[in-house]
Amino acid sequence: MPDAVGLELLAEELREADAASVIDTLHFRDKGTIEVSPAAIRETLARLRSKGFSALMSVHGVDYYPDEPRLGVHYELLDMSALDRLTIKLRVALDDPVVESVTPDWPTANHQEREIYDMFGVIFEGHPDLRRILMPEDYEGYPQRRDFPIGGEPVMFTVDEAHGRTYPQ
Amino acid sequence: MSTEITTADETSEYRKLEESITMEPLERVRSEGDQELLTLNMGPHHPATHGVLRLLITLDGEIVRDLKPIIGYVHTGIEKTAEDKSYWKAIPVIERMDYLAYYFNAYAFCGATEALLEVEIPPRAQYLRVIHMELNRIMSHLVWLGTSALDLGAMSMFWYCFRDRELILDLFEQSSGQRMHTRYIQVGGVAEDIPVGWAEKVREFTTQMPSRADQYKAILANNEIVLQRLRGVCPLGEKELLELGVTGPLLRAAGNPWDLRKAMPYSSYDHFDFKIPVGTEGDNWDRFAVRVAEIYESVKIIDQALDGLPEGPWISEDRKVALPPRHELATSMEALIHHFKLVTEGFRVPPGEVYFPVESPRGELGCFVRSDGSSKPARVHMRDPSFVNLQATAPMTEGAYIADLIATLAMLDPVLGGIDR
Repeated sequence: MPDAVGLELLAEELREADAASVIDTLHFRDKGTIEVSPAAIRETLARLRSKGFSALMSVHGVDYYPDEPRLGVHYELLDMSALDRLTIKLRVALDDPVVESVTPDWPTANHQEREIYDMFGVIFEGHPDLRRILMPEDYEGYPQRRDFPIGGEPVMFTVDEAHGRTYPQ
Repeated sequence: MSTEITTADETSEYRKLEESITMEPLERVRSEGDQELLTLNMGPHHPATHGVLRLLITLDGEIVRDLKPIIGYVHTGIEKTAEDKSYWKAIPVIERMDYLAYYFNAYAFCGATEALLEVEIPPRAQYLRVIHMELNRIMSHLVWLGTSALDLGAMSMFWYCFRDRELILDLFEQSSGQRMHTRYIQVGGVAEDIPVGWAEKVREFTTQMPSRADQYKAILANNEIVLQRLRGVCPLGEKELLELGVTGPLLRAAGNPWDLRKAMPYSSYDHFDFKIPVGTEGDNWDRFAVRVAEIYESVKIIDQALDGLPEGPWISEDRKVALPPRHELATSMEALIHHFKLVTEGFRVPPGEVYFPVESPRGELGCFVRSDGSSKPARVHMRDPSFVNLQATAPMTEGAYIADLIATLAMLDPVLGGIDR
């Protein structure tokens, strides 16, 4: 795990390459996190890949409600030879939740970005096939957002549809 | 939310949308020769898909040209449900994600919570967790072996493997009261110490399991049909697998010895002497051989953990996190207060974000937990290995026969409960 100093050095290198890319660093529970600007995500991951972080293990979304900017995307990088992990995160506002897709560089992000789009409504620009993945394609709303209520989900059965019935509210 | 779908127009619109998922022409479609391409729907209730997986396959005669997995049929919103429960109440729902690896689900979540809380785990609890997780790994591999052999037409293997799986489930029942979804691993340790005589029962199992695995190898590994169905079929190289984020036995079959138990040990795995089986070709045969070899290694770990099982508490003595022992409730006011507080509200977790990866039977199972300082997690996400590994199906099977697709899917070992969560 990069220690606090190593993390700062890494962030400094990223800043040298693109001054606007790094927003914040955090060393928490023996693990480094670098917050980057959404515009710079693809370049940042490419730069870190050349430094040895060659595997993208996980991409997941977070809703920081009620803080702004609300939506977050986390990228868990892994360096298999130095046995090192690093989290890269970015945050986008709810009214413009657009992030550049990293799927062209990291094919593993394909399903995971689709899940974030499905659950949080983050739009990944340049994703080859951005559709809902776990929820039905005609589903409305983004269920993992914090202001999306639990339960009370109307269920649609084909048998009711055939009989022209409406569904209990 | 508008939910009425009564009028004819709206109904047909819904159907059109549904068809757009399924019948849209697939990319990368090309036919060699003048064969007409056939789009075939497989699933979601096909027995060979190991759960409710639906595949949309483009066929050129018998050759698979493209494949799209369609998932979400058993999506139950566990991640969302967990946000509405206090940490200790979230464990049972999270266990139910990957229903063949419940100890791993529980451990990944508890490990992430413990990292946030900075709780020290007693050595005995760490060893008990290892014993149960390795038993779980053998159990998961046995289910995989049985159902995979069934896909290849070997009916009897299914019964043999499920017979041995029952032995493990009996052990789980004895130590925790449940055969599946045991809720044995708790934040801070494990729920109960192992009962008297349990260790001997585990020994009985571990002495018998290697010879059983020998028998299974003898049945399958010298069988010409199995060899023809697996050897050299649907290989995928290490580089492609890493790009697709594939981990676990699938990656090790391609020759990369990446295993979190060795690379970044957790829960005292560094105390044990075991080997990481790796393959050379990355074909279906290697995937098969690596998993069977892992059964022997897991047995070795269990034996060593039983030998060196430390004495002492099996759950943290931090009363702010773990329940006080029952007998203290009658005598100690403080214990009663802690008990009341833990059962009603649950413990509060310091704010922060943690990603905690463990090596599940299918690869890296990572649990991301974000705490906002309250007694309920603000976000729980499982990086489920099946979900990520499933993306490798298309590159593996492109250009292969449809029969080999079934074998490859079996060797991929996806668990749809984990994929859909």
